Amino acid sequence: MTIIITCFDILLAGTLLWLAWQLLRSADIFKAIIFFISFGLLMSIAWVRMHAPDVALAEAAIGAGLTGPLFLAALRRMERRQRKERRISPPEERNENG
Amino acid sequence: MKTDSRMQVQKTKMAPLIWVVLLLSTCLTGLLIWTVLKIPRPLPSLAPEVANRLAASGVDNSVTAVLLNFRGYDTMLEVMVFLLGAITIWSIGHAPFPPKIQDTSPIQTAAVRLLAPFVCIIGGYLVWQGSSHTGGAFQGGAVLSAGLVLLLISDFLGVQRVKSLPLRLGFTLGPLVFVGMALWGIIAGGSFLSFAPHQAGALLLLLEAACAVSIGLTLAAFFAGGRPLDDLREEPYSPGQDEGEG
Repeated sequence: MTIIITCFDILLAGTLLWLAWQLLRSADIFKAIIFFISFGLLMSIAWVRMHAPDVALAEAAIGAGLTGPLFLAALRRMERRQRKERRISPPEERNENG
Repeated sequence: MKTDSRMQVQKTKMAPLIWVVLLLSTCLTGLLIWTVLKIPRPLPSLAPEVANRLAASGVDNSVTAVLLNFRGYDTMLEVMVFLLGAITIWSIGHAPFPPKIQDTSPIQTAAVRLLAPFVCIIGGYLVWQGSSHTGGAFQGGAVLSAGLVLLLISDFLGVQRVKSLPLRLGFTLGPLVFVGMALWGIIAGGSFLSFAPHQAGALLLLLEAACAVSIGLTLAAFFAGGRPLDDLREEPYSPGQDEGEG
């Protein structure tokens, strides 16, 4: 039984390292954000393996469920600004620019 | 929906310096692994001390007892850091919600409508469960914030157009209750943030509930990315006034 658990731990650690490498070296930012979300999910399992279930719950909700969409929203704002869309913010800033 | 213009980073060749940094990081990782293997077992820790005083703390879970009772001062400062983050994000600009309703798919709307009450129940139950099992204010607040983020991205206009004053009250609820408990500790027990053992369970539950609401609203405000549209305006904001400028 402990052999299976040890193999699971090694597989988990290896996948975490591979995900981190892929997320840092991928050219597409959207792909990197998806890798980040799955990294957060696997990190939550790693916290469970380290006997810290409270941290695992918080990691799953905040790391994967909040910071991931936060990055996606930031990416959407960056893409709008890059495509020079005018309606990136409510009309108050537009009225100030005339 | 246009998904063809994805942002790309320039793919650069790996400079030789990066190989040196990689070697140093590998050496550091090896050193850390060797150190962890050398730690004496059984680990020297404070877990027996916490277990001895668990009955006096008012909760049955040692993590919650340490977080909220024994080291409550750290949690109080943590909740205030959340408030500071919300102030910072609000001071940058308005939340970038488009004023026109987008083409949200009806499946998404129906699914979020079904999920939202369950998110409230699960978040509240996690806060309640923190007294005896895994859970607590941060976990329940994080689940609540995930539900609020779901509502925000599904274009429920009622959520996007919430007024600024209820949000401000929600953000400050957690820190204020915490400071109130601290001062009550001075009045009733004689020291900052002291909980009498027979009252501690009820006081901690009240504290956790307030902090969970506050944490949920603050994390969702981090996602929203700015202050609401009627904040700091001279004239009151009416929901239809931006429609003509599209």
